[in-house]
Amino acid sequence: MIKDTLDKIRQEALAKMEEAGDMDRLNEIRVAYLGKKGELTKVLKGMRDVAPEDRPKIGQMVNGTRAEIEQKLEDAKKTIASRERERRMRAEKIDVTLPAKRIRVGHSHPNTIALEEVERIFTGMGYQVVEGPEVETDYYNFEALNIPANHPAKDEQDTFYITKDILLRTQTSGVQVHVMEQQKPPIRMIAPGRVFRADEVDATHSPSFHQIEGLVIDKDITFADLKGTLAEFARQLFGPDTKVKFRPHHFPFTEPSAEMDVTCFKCGGKGCRMCKGEGWIEILGCGMVHPNVLRMSGIDPEEYTGFAFGVGLERIALLKYEIDDMRLLYENDIRFLNQF
Amino acid sequence: MNTVYSWLKAYVPDLDVTAQEYSDAMTLSGTKVEYYTRLDRNLEKIVVGKILKIEKHPDADHLVICQVDIGEKQIQIVTGAANVFEGALVPVVLDGGKVAGGHEGGPLPEDGIRIHSGKLRGVKSEGMMCSIEELGSSRDYYPEAPENGIYIFGDGFDVKPGDDAVEALGLHDVVWEYEITSNRVDCYSVLGIAREAAATFGKKFVPPVPEAKGNEEKASDYISVDIKDPDLCSRYCARIVKNIRLAPSPQWMQRRLAASGIRPINNLVDITNYVMEEYGQPMHAYNYDQIAGKKIIVSRAQDGETFETLDGQERKLDHDILMIRDGEKAVGIAGIMGGENSKITEDVHTVLFEAACFDGTNIRLSARRLGLRTEASAKFEKGLDPNTAQEAIDRACQLIEELGCGEAVGGTVDVYKKKMEGHRIPFRPEWINHFLGTNIPEETMISYFGPLAFQYDAKAREVITPSWRQDMKQEADLAEEVARFYGYANIPTTLPRGESTSGGISFKHRVENTAREVARFCGFSQAMTYSFESPKVFDRLLLPENAPERQAIQIANPLGEDFSIMRTLPLNGILTSLSTNYNRRNKDAALFELANIYIPKALPLTELPDERMQFTLGFYGGGDFFTMKGVIEEFLDQVGMRERVTYDPNCNRPYLHPGRKADVIYGGETIGYLGELHPAVCDNYEIGERVYIANIDILKIVERASYEPIFRGIVNFPAVTRDLSLTVSKDIAAGDIETAILSEGGDLLESCRLFDIYEGSQIQSGYKSMAYSLTFRAKDHTLSDEEIQNAMNRILEALKKLGAQLRG
Repeated sequence: MIKDTLDKIRQEALAKMEEAGDMDRLNEIRVAYLGKKGELTKVLKGMRDVAPEDRPKIGQMVNGTRAEIEQKLEDAKKTIASRERERRMRAEKIDVTLPAKRIRVGHSHPNTIALEEVERIFTGMGYQVVEGPEVETDYYNFEALNIPANHPAKDEQDTFYITKDILLRTQTSGVQVHVMEQQKPPIRMIAPGRVFRADEVDATHSPSFHQIEGLVIDKDITFADLKGTLAEFARQLFGPDTKVKFRPHHFPFTEPSAEMDVTCFKCGGKGCRMCKGEGWIEILGCGMVHPNVLRMSGIDPEEYTGFAFGVGLERIALLKYEIDDMRLLYENDIRFLNQF
Repeated sequence: MNTVYSWLKAYVPDLDVTAQEYSDAMTLSGTKVEYYTRLDRNLEKIVVGKILKIEKHPDADHLVICQVDIGEKQIQIVTGAANVFEGALVPVVLDGGKVAGGHEGGPLPEDGIRIHSGKLRGVKSEGMMCSIEELGSSRDYYPEAPENGIYIFGDGFDVKPGDDAVEALGLHDVVWEYEITSNRVDCYSVLGIAREAAATFGKKFVPPVPEAKGNEEKASDYISVDIKDPDLCSRYCARIVKNIRLAPSPQWMQRRLAASGIRPINNLVDITNYVMEEYGQPMHAYNYDQIAGKKIIVSRAQDGETFETLDGQERKLDHDILMIRDGEKAVGIAGIMGGENSKITEDVHTVLFEAACFDGTNIRLSARRLGLRTEASAKFEKGLDPNTAQEAIDRACQLIEELGCGEAVGGTVDVYKKKMEGHRIPFRPEWINHFLGTNIPEETMISYFGPLAFQYDAKAREVITPSWRQDMKQEADLAEEVARFYGYANIPTTLPRGESTSGGISFKHRVENTAREVARFCGFSQAMTYSFESPKVFDRLLLPENAPERQAIQIANPLGEDFSIMRTLPLNGILTSLSTNYNRRNKDAALFELANIYIPKALPLTELPDERMQFTLGFYGGGDFFTMKGVIEEFLDQVGMRERVTYDPNCNRPYLHPGRKADVIYGGETIGYLGELHPAVCDNYEIGERVYIANIDILKIVERASYEPIFRGIVNFPAVTRDLSLTVSKDIAAGDIETAILSEGGDLLESCRLFDIYEGSQIQSGYKSMAYSLTFRAKDHTLSDEEIQNAMNRILEALKKLGAQLRG
């Protein structure tokens, strides 16, 4: 008798669960069958009429039914939850091709990008990055670099003077002297910085630009080391297939001196507009540190030798990033900067 | 400096190379060829033609029909040129040939102009007779050529129909243009370059042997020379040439000069120019009959003296300018330009030749002060070898005789007190090899010296260099000579060995890198601007007359007022760039710069100024004061400056909006400032938007920054949040309220966040409502109500002192 009732309750409950479309409905079913005033409770209340010896058995049956309904309710809940999630996700579909919401990040100056490359290469080779004063004495800018008073090289560089002895440095080479005075060899350093020359502004000139000076002083440093170091620098900066060519040149503070050309990184040396059909592009000046310079900085040229080089940062940036007018570097138009 | 192939071959007869081969090899041995020009570029199928007959064109008044003999045959050419005549020998470009330019001159087209047979007004024309311009040259270099007409071969030419006209005109030649470095003064001469070419290609060098004994007379009977300032004139050679017969110089000389870019004039002028090019020694010719007292005196000018140079200009002189005088008057500015009073005229009879050596620096400075840089001064200013003077003056007299230009008087008057010598340099081949990283045999090294006229003293183990190589002083110089002839390319490629070094960047550099990163990730792009600017900047930035920033370093020789002072504050650069962006209609712009300002310790400068690196930011569009404030706090956070930053609105920054400015205070010290740009400054920079700027002194950051954060643990005891709503007078700064809350909240107060600020209808006028959310937490226990209440009471007490009332 009671068993029939329980069966009926169970079937009813299961049928209703089948039909239930959402969580609310399932909850109603739970209350209707398992709640305090629910069907099963009613059955238990009806136990008063059952013989005491039958009660445990009946109780077991009721609990069994309850467990079964609970289990089914749980299953139904999961099914509905999953169905609801599916529905929600379908509704939440977006057009992923709509524009991105970007956090506006600024851009580095092309000079800085080039400089960071150069610094990365040389710090990796054990070079220190140092700096020196932009307003400099005649001694460090010229005299200590083997450019005595009235030397024509002084005129060539169109120096801005503040007083007779104080000037705006025309080259970063003076930093060599500061470093040699302050440190004992071995020295490996690069010194990037602003330099100034009285050139009128045009597409290829600026009265203010940047150089990177390099200096290595140690025992047994040779011209071959200079070649090897700068060839490695060129490969790292312009690509592993880059070849270099050293041409004799003259700088008062190095002897022998050279200019270094690299194979055009645009055409690989075949000749193009970038290299004016030459296949080669002039990149830097270099040489073995002049014995007079070593001596003046307190280093014995019989014991130590060294090499130095100077790179025009703007030149690298203009070439590498194909910028055709130097003035763009100092106008700071964001439409220019945004491209770097 | 340039040289012509044909001229070089005069001294290196075996030189036989293509223009490109020559350029490459010379460049690699140290004489850098900038570029070369083939004079016969785009000249094809051009022969000498003889005009046999000229008839009128039936249908055109300005055209004539010529029958022209071109050797193997006769052709018909129609021309509009007016200067042709029967019997004339002319250059003719044949059907399918090419000329270099149009008949009017002007820039030459890249590929020349192709000429084809055709009809001119119905009459057949099988080629074209050429003007000198069509042949790619000009009347400057072929003075005998007519203006607007066909070039006609004159008596000086031994040509017949069918000959190569380009050859006849000396245009089968190449001109190389060099970049000569300042140490190689000797290479500013054809002979110097020829010596290098001979050494480079291993060919024989055959320089001219100047010989001009002259007549029986003695130059010293004509002239005496007295050098009053031997420091400025180390040598003065004078020779006399009489019975001058002016005429055009021979074609070969004209062609060499013309190809070098020097206009042929007459034999006398051409010879002085020729010798100047050949030896690099400037020469001057005075009209001897205008020289008073048979005397040449070399002495400084008087201050304020004036002198008329041969270009007819009146020159103002000073005591540092060296003059050439005769017994009565000045006749030339030494080494720069001769005088009007003694210049060569058509009727000149006797000439005084001068080949002297003047001090290079003095000439350079004098020429610059006079604003008169001449071919001669350009040579002298490099510092010449006085030993060349005698050879050059003899060479000039030799050419005078050879060309029949006059009669050289015997002997030279030569004043030369202190002879310039070459140097003796120790020769240690093993040192050179060690220095270069090579293994070059000693004999090979020595073999490089001969062609350069270096002598080797085997006993003393010394190299003796010639006097024209004043750049040769020590062993490193010898090493360079060895290196360049051994070939830089043949030197091995190695990396330095020896003790390794630890590279890296300075702490300041690291702080700058952080500044760049933060600025970039906050949306700012990096600007670079000039370090010098106009003193007008101070007015533009509303700085009062007595502002210390006006004490700026002045450049003595600026490129103009706009670049005349070194910046003492960094704003102008950024503002100018923002203005550029605004005026180019860029909707918004955010820029930063890392650059020095220059603060003098005293003016005028007696020592180097302080260079202080500044981190400057500026933007218009897309943000406000608090955006900028956020960037600064982000930066300080990233450099590990995590104590509380405060802001002082009572700062003295005249360029900022008086109600929207603040100094940035950290640890009690001002490290920078920020604010909205004063509207008047916006106007001065023509920016029609609100501009926000900030500036941080990087050196002050360097003193305080740290890249060593310390983990302080994560506290798991619960936090308690209390909201605090206040009404306070509008004049009370939020910063002051925060200070009160933070100082009274003590260690238990974890954070204090302003989440609402309100002024308006529900608030008494002159007051504002501020709502803070306070979070309390202890590191080691769960807070009790009592602890929190005590802290709150202390805070409320402090806020009451600021006149704040707790809202309901």
